[in-house]
Amino acid sequence: MDMRVNPKAKMKLVMVGNGMAGVRTLEELLRIAPDLYDITVFGAEPHPNYNRILLSPVLAGEQTLEEIVLNDWSWYTEHGIALNAGFLVTEVDRVKRLVTGVNAQGETVTAGYDRLIMATGSKPFILPIPGKDLEGVLAYRDIADTQAMIEAAQKYRHAVVIGGGLLGLEAANGLLKRGMQVSVVHVAPWLMERQLDEVAGKLLQQSLEARGMQFLIGAQTQELVGGTDGRVRAVRFKDGREVPADLVVMAVGIRPNTELAEKMRLHVNRGIVVSDTMQTVTDPRIYAVGECASHRGVAYGLVAPLYEQAKVLATHLAEFGIGRYTGSLTSTKLKVTGIDLFSAGDFMGGEGCEEIVLSDPIGGVYKKLVIKDDRLVGACLYGDTVDGSWYFKLLREGRKIHDIRDKLMFGESNIGDTGHQGQNKAAAMADSDEVCGCNGVTKGAICKAIQEKGLFTLDEVRKHTKASASCGSCTGLVEQLLMFTAGGDYSATPKKKAICGCTDHSHQQVRDAIRAQKLLTIADTMRFLEWRTPNGCATCRPAINYYLISTWPKEAKDDPQSRFINERAHANIQKDGTYSVVPRMWGGETTAAELRRIADVVDKYRIPTVKVTGGQRIDLLGVKQEDLANVWRDIGMPSGHAYAKALRTVKTCVGSEWCRMGTQDSTQMGKDLERALWRMYAPHKVKLAVSGCPRNCAEAGIKDVGVIGVDSGWEIYVAGNGGIKTEVAQFLVKVKTPQEVLEYSGAFLQLYRLEGWYLERTVHYVGRVGLDYVKQRIVEDAEGRRALWEQLQFALDGEPDPWLELDKAAVDTRQFQPVAVVEA
Amino acid sequence: MNTSQWTPICLIDDIPVLGARRVARERGLDVAIFRTGQNQVFALLDRCPHKGGPLSQGIVFGTHVACPLHNWTIGLCDGQAAAPDEGRTPKFSVKVENGQVYLDAHELATLATDLERPIAGPARRAAQA
Repeated sequence: MDMRVNPKAKMKLVMVGNGMAGVRTLEELLRIAPDLYDITVFGAEPHPNYNRILLSPVLAGEQTLEEIVLNDWSWYTEHGIALNAGFLVTEVDRVKRLVTGVNAQGETVTAGYDRLIMATGSKPFILPIPGKDLEGVLAYRDIADTQAMIEAAQKYRHAVVIGGGLLGLEAANGLLKRGMQVSVVHVAPWLMERQLDEVAGKLLQQSLEARGMQFLIGAQTQELVGGTDGRVRAVRFKDGREVPADLVVMAVGIRPNTELAEKMRLHVNRGIVVSDTMQTVTDPRIYAVGECASHRGVAYGLVAPLYEQAKVLATHLAEFGIGRYTGSLTSTKLKVTGIDLFSAGDFMGGEGCEEIVLSDPIGGVYKKLVIKDDRLVGACLYGDTVDGSWYFKLLREGRKIHDIRDKLMFGESNIGDTGHQGQNKAAAMADSDEVCGCNGVTKGAICKAIQEKGLFTLDEVRKHTKASASCGSCTGLVEQLLMFTAGGDYSATPKKKAICGCTDHSHQQVRDAIRAQKLLTIADTMRFLEWRTPNGCATCRPAINYYLISTWPKEAKDDPQSRFINERAHANIQKDGTYSVVPRMWGGETTAAELRRIADVVDKYRIPTVKVTGGQRIDLLGVKQEDLANVWRDIGMPSGHAYAKALRTVKTCVGSEWCRMGTQDSTQMGKDLERALWRMYAPHKVKLAVSGCPRNCAEAGIKDVGVIGVDSGWEIYVAGNGGIKTEVAQFLVKVKTPQEVLEYSGAFLQLYRLEGWYLERTVHYVGRVGLDYVKQRIVEDAEGRRALWEQLQFALDGEPDPWLELDKAAVDTRQFQPVAVVEA
Repeated sequence: MNTSQWTPICLIDDIPVLGARRVARERGLDVAIFRTGQNQVFALLDRCPHKGGPLSQGIVFGTHVACPLHNWTIGLCDGQAAAPDEGRTPKFSVKVENGQVYLDAHELATLATDLERPIAGPARRAAQA
């Protein structure tokens, strides 16, 4: 007997269509609200959900149908989804809320709905010419078309593909590989005219011709001529020419499949018109997602935007009432093995645009970058597409590019990269080669995960494989692997990125709200910005905490529970749970007394390792948590903040005091800078260096602020980085006096403290806002510079040393001891 | 037998809100006790299933903790790593009564006493030699 009290009936969700966008919506929905709906799916094809993008590799014989299935039959069963595969929906009664589908045998199925998703995808456009219904005339859209082409290739010789766009060329390539003689008919003056400019289009044609493909450019098809057996025999053109054809593939474009929607009297305008929540404007119970939907006048045909739509729709179906889809930028890549081609944005250029072009027709490389108003607005790459994802990223971010303009053409790897044997072409790597040097993930492992788990975004790959999840230097390679493996329609995350899953707000929005609303606590910030989680997560809480204390010094209170352990314990956690202690040595100078105390502490607390750091200090490794406070007290030196997103060290050379080459007293300058800036928390760690002459022994060229003494004064460089990507610091200004060095350096760092996003190093901050902007704020605006410098001094004034003033620094010393020791 | 014997450990206020403390045992690794924003208390072995990081030092949010070493998210209710990561850390029973936190004596004495922390430093060099 059912003893449940009033079991609540689930709502009924019906989906028309069983393709990639629709099923992804269900996956997202099941993840966040697994028990909300009884789900019924109608799919016209007699297959489970598969990766339509990968039909081309199947046609070309590079993958099998089984390999491209995304959700097999058992997935539907496991999730209690009633799948009616092979059932075409013929009628939807919006009054009674009933969906009726019929299969090839004439059986009908009817299902009632509370919510309905239209995911009917798109239909190939068939030229309205005589002979279009002959046997052997196909479109290229689904598994049945693909199988028909494979069968035809076994029996027949001549294939004609009408349409030299993306799909047509992929079809032609597949048929060629299956041994057919293939001609491509294309009415426009060059191939893929919507994705390529003329030069790249011609290069593409050449290399396809070299593979044996034939082209009829500019030819207008008049009719398809049938033989006596009812099968197509030839294609006839308007100029009277005729070419033999046993198989004709029409690939002249797709149209949103809105037949059913129109019958249902939904508003249709080149797609089912939806709002930002993917709801149809006609009937609030009905949603549309994927290629059939028209959002702000655009019907997308690429997978990444469709997946963004799916995510938004799922949150609405889950009744979260959050998330809006606001449109996507897209890029193109051709899936023909051995041909690299990429385009994005406004690649044709035109009025008001500048172009940077690299053209090597013999080597088969052509690159065109289109720039407008100091921003990359388009890219068209042929032959070498390694940097496609990087250009696409620049394009989406809309960042100013003048500072990297001279290097832009040579790509991202030209700006320095480590951790993967200098590789920058994923295609050239062997499966056993390591892509992610941090987590030891090979190319093979990444590709396998992408294929088996149906991953489509960088975030998913990071979660599943850990590749690119640590230092991120291999992100470009992983993006390339995504493009190759998941299909060319992959595109990365949207431009405006939410801090984390707890909110839709970006770093900048959070920061602005904290300033504008004068928010002083994490709880207030989360309340005001309507955080989705009660107390955030390990990503957003440290960021908000930093924004609060940097925006409102002496007012906002630091929250130790929102700090990573290193900043909470004021020491660096090690792999075995012990800590390392790095005392501050001003400018890298020490004394016999300090060294003696350090030696005594090492003996007394049995510290296993003593090591000299890269920042001219001494690191004591393996200190037990219980000993930390005593070690600090016994050493009697201030905290080196080697554990913090804060000023670390100011590295110096010997300078004019001793060095026969020295022109300035760099050691004293370094000490002065360090004393002025220590205890300074920042979005990320900050490292300085001062050299006494241009020989630059302190390596100031790769520091956040690098100062180089010359005979006539000091040169200040900013935004260098010695880390993941070695980045050379950029010249900011030359000044005369040490006092000016302090003021300019301090003002720059204060600007970074106020405007940098949490975990954004100076190099990325300056990259984002542009060096010109920094110069304008720091060099040209003297009053503003002084104000920034004063703000920083105000913020740092009286800040306690967390090692020697534990009380004042509010260090919770309870954390160092166990709360209890229990006996067995 | 094995009726639970509740051992008093500390007051709930000895644990910071959205924080953790550790309980040292005679045998075996420490037990981490966590306090959530809603003042619930949970106890797990102080060891991440990934690479043995001390979970008591992580950031607590909702009913989860982020491991301080590699940011794995571990559920406080069951010790389970959040998908797609896989692994589980042993969970201990907790009772809170009148602000006093208790752990089960039998579990403290016997549960997961064989698990160890990774070795670092010269000891590791010696172990590998």
